[in-house]
Amino acid sequence: MLARYLTLQNIRRVYAVFFFCLFLLLINITDFRNMKGYEISLFLEIDPLISIATFLTSWTVYKGLVLSLIIVISTLLLGRFFCSWICPLGILNQWVSHLFNKRRPVDDYHVNAYRTVYRLKYYILALLLVLGLFGSLQIGLLDPISFVMRSFILSIFPAVHYWSGGLYLKQPLFYGGILIAIIFLMILFANRFITRFWCRVICPLGALLGVFSAVSILRIRRDVVKCTDCQKCLQFCHGACDPHTSLRISECTVCMNCIESCPEEAIHYGLARKESSVQTPLDINRRRLIETAVAGVILFPIMRSVVNAQTLPQHRAIRPPGSIVETDFLRRCIKCGECMRVCPTNVIQPALLEAGFEGLWTPILLNKIGYCEFNCVLCSQVCPTGAIVPLTIEKKVGKKPYENPVKVGTAFYDRGRCLPWAMNIDCIVCEEVCPTSPKAIWFETVEIQPREGRKRLLKRPLLDPKLCVGCGICENKCPVHDRPAVRVTSVGETRSQTNQMILNP
Amino acid sequence: MEKEALKNVRTRYERVTLMASKHKRTEPMLNRRQFLLKTAVTCGITAGAGVWGYIFYSRDPVRRRTERILTFKNFRVDDSAEYPSMVIVRGKSVEQMTHAAVEELGGMSRFISPGNTVLIKPNVGWDRQPEQAANTNPELVAAVVKECRAAGAARVWVTDVSINDPYRSFARSGIESAVKQAGGTIRFTTEKDFVLTDLKGQILQVWPVSRFYHEADKVINLPVVKHHSLSRCTIAMKNWYGILGGRRNRLHQEINTSIADLAAAVRPTLTITDATRVLVRNGPTGGNLSDVSIENTIIAGLDEVALDAYSIQFLGLQVDDVPFIAIGQQRGLGTTDWESLNYEELSL
Repeated sequence: MLARYLTLQNIRRVYAVFFFCLFLLLINITDFRNMKGYEISLFLEIDPLISIATFLTSWTVYKGLVLSLIIVISTLLLGRFFCSWICPLGILNQWVSHLFNKRRPVDDYHVNAYRTVYRLKYYILALLLVLGLFGSLQIGLLDPISFVMRSFILSIFPAVHYWSGGLYLKQPLFYGGILIAIIFLMILFANRFITRFWCRVICPLGALLGVFSAVSILRIRRDVVKCTDCQKCLQFCHGACDPHTSLRISECTVCMNCIESCPEEAIHYGLARKESSVQTPLDINRRRLIETAVAGVILFPIMRSVVNAQTLPQHRAIRPPGSIVETDFLRRCIKCGECMRVCPTNVIQPALLEAGFEGLWTPILLNKIGYCEFNCVLCSQVCPTGAIVPLTIEKKVGKKPYENPVKVGTAFYDRGRCLPWAMNIDCIVCEEVCPTSPKAIWFETVEIQPREGRKRLLKRPLLDPKLCVGCGICENKCPVHDRPAVRVTSVGETRSQTNQMILNP
Repeated sequence: MEKEALKNVRTRYERVTLMASKHKRTEPMLNRRQFLLKTAVTCGITAGAGVWGYIFYSRDPVRRRTERILTFKNFRVDDSAEYPSMVIVRGKSVEQMTHAAVEELGGMSRFISPGNTVLIKPNVGWDRQPEQAANTNPELVAAVVKECRAAGAARVWVTDVSINDPYRSFARSGIESAVKQAGGTIRFTTEKDFVLTDLKGQILQVWPVSRFYHEADKVINLPVVKHHSLSRCTIAMKNWYGILGGRRNRLHQEINTSIADLAAAVRPTLTITDATRVLVRNGPTGGNLSDVSIENTIIAGLDEVALDAYSIQFLGLQVDDVPFIAIGQQRGLGTTDWESLNYEELSL
């Protein structure tokens, strides 16, 4: 009885469900109350594309990213199994494809046949790696784990909270979150036209693992004597890897479905036997590959000849505390959104063009939505690539043995909008909430003559730039809250040598 | 001649109809009954559209909201000649001090009936540790939770609308774990937990207020004595800022009237002021231990105005420095002359 259900397909399904649930669970516990030192960035850390691309941009394999060796080594031995067994996006795409499936075997053969467009992913990979070699990390746009992480954190989880509640105290808001959601839903919908569209056509990680699997020892093998060319192996094929002819090893995601689809038991997984069919190596055109690399050579200087936060300081590119200097930041940030998930005040937001095109969806602080909690270092602890280096509270607030606090920017008063300055109205909420000790915001008491009535005393806020850490709580709590009368800009940030205004801070 | 011509035409026409179109499915002919039925349906829908337009016709672009606006119930118990109105306890053990203070006032059973839902409102505004004295002492909160439990309260809730992240504020102030151990429940106020409430104040009318105040039978105020630049101090009366949602930072513009309005709106069953550690500078956030003065005192009583009038001495203030206390007296919330009350001083 049990043996009837213990098929390879069911075993793989169990793994798929397990890893997908693990993925959701790890996002779910990425918050102040549940983190407790779990390896919450696990999926990002085992992703070899992230570790290789960040290695190319900065010649280091950062901490947890060394875990990706598990996937590299196992892929070299077992083939591209990651895509069908572990990858949350691959698993999701497979489920969605099944949902959109017409459920006629004749269509299955059609949708699971190889198409030449499936080569595109190798060219995408080549382009991204060439850009990485020059020092521009754009892998985060298309790396499947970053992609699915970002989509869940910035669109799916907030949407689930909207209907059910309980995930957050306040409905999280994300700047341009709908854009990320639309792209994600479009990728899911693309499965309607090409099964596993993302995995077969776009995925640069799939391409990378495909390249690795080209040397794998254990493979799907077809016995040419037993095979009757019925093509039933195509019906449930995940990779569109032609198991019925000469298997395209780099496309095969080792889903094992063909083994159980075969009525002749002609397919097995393992070493080659005497009657095993030949296999097709990596199907890419060398000329296209070189053209792609050349495209990278041309694209890179174009990307660097623009105004962005690394060529000129951008006042809105306020990075989370602990971020490294902008040039290096862009070499490390994979836009995964982990910092945006963990931030208790929702201040960390995906940038659109605030930091330039290269900084798309990298974290910036929008103090209108939240503010940087003074005693909080969560974002620095979850960053898987070290774009934000881990801080301790002592280091962040500048307690002993550290001398200076970590500044993310400086606040400036807009005296034309500030109630005490512009309209002689009592306020100084900014002074109340200022978290430094002594407070960076202080006030002068002046005697004012109101339009009517007697003279009275009024407190007008002032800012001490030496004490201000740029946390933005003053901007966030300012009663003039459509365009606050005190606003933080990035100047004075600790991480930058150049984005400074005061000679001797 | 004419007839002939007509006949020809007809024949030609018939010939044409015989050469049927490729798409030759024709509409079925209606009989009288079907025609009447179809007409009736069309007229019915038309009439329906007219009626819909008539019913929903409005001169306003949106319908007026009819949200329920609540008012606070009276949480107070009557003053009693038997017991003092204010108790000042000095000592080291907060739990013993709390117990002594409550016993002196007649025991918690004077304030709480068995089966009551008790809401405790400490000051948990900030993501700070207990030693930094920006929040109420967690030992005091835990001791009061235990007293309520012992008096037979069915549910003891602890809540505040923190200024920093609530999860962090409750955890790092030590109040969350202390309350859980003592048998109480932390009620975090989420976005959906605010209900419009009429505060009936001079400048504060309808504001979003944490719904727990409408669900509780008794309310206990547990403020902490702190410095505040604009109002000079934040103690018991100002602690009621923490019931409000919305953009409450506008209240600074008329801070003294706002504080009095809030204190008049929420009249707690009992107030126990925490002056074990007093933040004398850099309030209300603090953050530096050198700004904290250790006073080892708690003050319990029924009159918030008197409690505030007493507690300002820890900050070196006089009643005249703090206008809202006098406004409180004018509104009949209590007396600024705490020495005129029947008070007790204890040292443990």
